[in-house]
Amino acid sequence: MRYLLFALALGMFPTLGFSFEVDNRRIFSAQTESQVLKVISTADLDLFAGVIEAFQSQNPSVSVDYFEVSSTELVKALVEDDAQFDLAVSSAMDLQTKLANDGMALPFRSEFTAQLPEWAHWQDLVFAFTQEPAALVFSARDFDRQSVPRTRQDLIAFMRSHPMQFKNRVGTYDIRSSGLGYLFATQDARTSETYWRLAEVMGNMNAQLYCCSGKMIEDVGSGKLAFAYNVLGSYAAAQTNNQDDIIIVEPSDFTTLMLRSALIPKNAKQPQLAGLFIDHLLSFSLEASKAGDFPFPTLQRDVLEQETALRPIRLGPGLMVYLDRLKRKNFLKAWENAILQKQ
Amino acid sequence: MNDHVTATRSIRRRLIVRLLASAAILAVILFLVVQSFGRQLGQESQDNILAASVTSVLDAVTVQDGALNVDIPYSAFSMLGNISDDRVFYRIEQNQAYLTGYEDLPFAEGLTTESQPAFATEQYLGEDIRLVTASRKLSLNNQPVVVRATIAQTRNGQKQTLRQISQTVLFLGIGFFAIAMVLTFYAAQSTIGPLRRLAASVSRRGPQDLRPVESPVPSEMVPLVRSLNQFIGRLKKSLSQSEEFIAEAAHRVRTPLATVRMQAEVTLRRVERDENREALREMIRAIDESSRAAGQLLDHAMVTFRTDHLVVESFDFQVLVDELVTRLRPIAELKEIDLGWQMGKPALIKGDAILIQNAVRKLIDNAIKYSPTESSIKLTLSQGRSGISLQLIDQGIGFPEKDFELLTDRFVRGSNAQDTIGSGLGLTIADDVANAHGGSLELKNNTEGVGACVTFYLPLR
Ligand SMILES: Nc1ncnc2c1ncn2[C@@H]1O[C@H](COP(=O)(O)OP(=O)(O)OP(=O)(O)O)[C@@H](O)[C@H]1O
Ligand SMILES: [Mg+2]
Repeated sequence: MRYLLFALALGMFPTLGFSFEVDNRRIFSAQTESQVLKVISTADLDLFAGVIEAFQSQNPSVSVDYFEVSSTELVKALVEDDAQFDLAVSSAMDLQTKLANDGMALPFRSEFTAQLPEWAHWQDLVFAFTQEPAALVFSARDFDRQSVPRTRQDLIAFMRSHPMQFKNRVGTYDIRSSGLGYLFATQDARTSETYWRLAEVMGNMNAQLYCCSGKMIEDVGSGKLAFAYNVLGSYAAAQTNNQDDIIIVEPSDFTTLMLRSALIPKNAKQPQLAGLFIDHLLSFSLEASKAGDFPFPTLQRDVLEQETALRPIRLGPGLMVYLDRLKRKNFLKAWENAILQKQ
Repeated sequence: MNDHVTATRSIRRRLIVRLLASAAILAVILFLVVQSFGRQLGQESQDNILAASVTSVLDAVTVQDGALNVDIPYSAFSMLGNISDDRVFYRIEQNQAYLTGYEDLPFAEGLTTESQPAFATEQYLGEDIRLVTASRKLSLNNQPVVVRATIAQTRNGQKQTLRQISQTVLFLGIGFFAIAMVLTFYAAQSTIGPLRRLAASVSRRGPQDLRPVESPVPSEMVPLVRSLNQFIGRLKKSLSQSEEFIAEAAHRVRTPLATVRMQAEVTLRRVERDENREALREMIRAIDESSRAAGQLLDHAMVTFRTDHLVVESFDFQVLVDELVTRLRPIAELKEIDLGWQMGKPALIKGDAILIQNAVRKLIDNAIKYSPTESSIKLTLSQGRSGISLQLIDQGIGFPEKDFELLTDRFVRGSNAQDTIGSGLGLTIADDVANAHGGSLELKNNTEGVGACVTFYLPLR
């Protein structure tokens, strides 16, 4: 091994003088270290390790200090704590956009960023490098692979006709605590009125609320849930141990695509190195030969022409609307009314 | 002839400089006007979309359960993102108290009516922003409340567009200037065209061509051409007057002198006393001298006058010499001098035949005058590649050894010519004629034997 791995899997540990919570941290040491790249990210350390190691094989003198945090803690670290990081990677597109909008990001330009489609970057500040569908995950015990509902309307009809089968066995994000869940829900609501009818019906079934995709997929696999709504399809596909127990469906009426994105925080010490890392992230999508080594679904530059059902969430100021205090309050109220049925 | 004319800056240059200067000024004005127009247009389009955004935000303000609620539509911000990738800020207040958005965002002052949003350009988070502020009155629990919303956007997109417009207009301006430049040169050229044509047609004319200019000219040039024509007219008149005057003068001087000489000779025959006869001979000699001097002076005046207005024509030099020899042979025979002359090939040459004839006559005259009786004079015409030379070799007294070159000066006579009548103008005339044709007159003594050798050279041109 050319470099040593330090696993500091301490769950939550205090970060000197800072108040943000770190879920996981690892230092990917270079053998002859000359530079250190500090990355703060919402991506699962285990998923991301391969990407970092590939980067280090090209840049052997760079150590990477990787902090895994939740999307809200990421914002807290950069905005409130003013912590120094060289790169921020997050699935919370709205928060990334707001960081950039509020002047917290440094511009970066390269031949890779120039190849990104319009919808996959915002200014020279935020760059998307994955496209991950919000999928339906069904339990193979309850559904047949051939006849599984493929649209939200079908799903609503199915639940209405089999209420007993679904009672307490429908799972979705608790959007009050999950940033990604909130992002998916707001985009769904923006795209189609069907979302509210679906939420209503899921509420009727006494939907189970989850913090994260992993647990939901697990419960679908075990048969505790008949299906889960708006699960990160990429996570579901990655959980290989229960592939036979689950059926992953990308709804054909429309499938929202979350774009994982990276930006260089304004107090980065190694902005150039961070840029190099962004190029590395983009290269998986832009260079066909590397796509297989990537733990995430790569960006499809022509996705808009190919599949009309796929809707990438657009990076841009529009996303900031849902971060508005009052807007969020209104949306959560409507959602609670539908899902929790507590009129 | 004096060719020097004091030139000031050329009309063409002046025209070009002025036209180019005005084209440059126009190009700069074009650039500035379009640029400011572009700026205004960019500003307006940004203002319009900001106004639409703020209106849609204010429209989304509702009263719910006794409280104000603002449900910002997604399109309010996404429409801003549609025209440019600019950063967006907003702030919403209720009765001047912060409700939501960016708390420290500045707002546009001078909001007058509800329907008219106010715009301003400010600085926020270290960037230029354009912001719009609008307000709306609502009734909350029977109390009027004013909701004021401000939407701001950075101006990078607008600046970018402006840069593009500026660049395009810059190229436009340069293109405009380039075209103006071509047209300017063309205009200047065609403006001075008639002037050039006039100058060319006048200078192409032969010296004897004193017709007035008749080809049509632009009206601005009419006064010039009219004066030119008048001037030509005066010149023509004074030329013919001078010629007439010279002929008249020669006639008037020679005729009475001839009469006086005849009377003197008649008297000489009648007078017996030696001293009186001697006095009369002196008188006749003086008369001869005066007559000769008058003739030479008039010839010299004619030559001087004509060398300024050479009448160049083509003629055979050999024929000219032959005619002169034939005419002067009787005079030579008086002294029993043999004029040796042989016709050869034709010797065509361009020049003023009258002047050349005059010059050659002076040279033959000298040869006869300074040769003793019973001698011979040899004339040879030789044709070289660049010119023709006439050589006269006599067996006379030859040129004096010193002051050779001075002999061609006016009124200079050699020390050997005390006994002969003369005025010292013959060689001056011959030399002037040779020079006027670009030729030369060479004087030397024969290397073998006695006598002078004079070479009159004319180039072929
Ligand atoms: N063929 C000649 N042989 C010897 N001397 C000559 C000959 N031709 C000219 N000269 C000398 O050159 C002088 C200048 O000659 P030029 O013809 O100018 O004057 P000129 O003969 O004295 O007077 P005129 O003007 O009447 O001819 C003469 O005075 C004479 O001394
Ligand atoms: Mg003479």
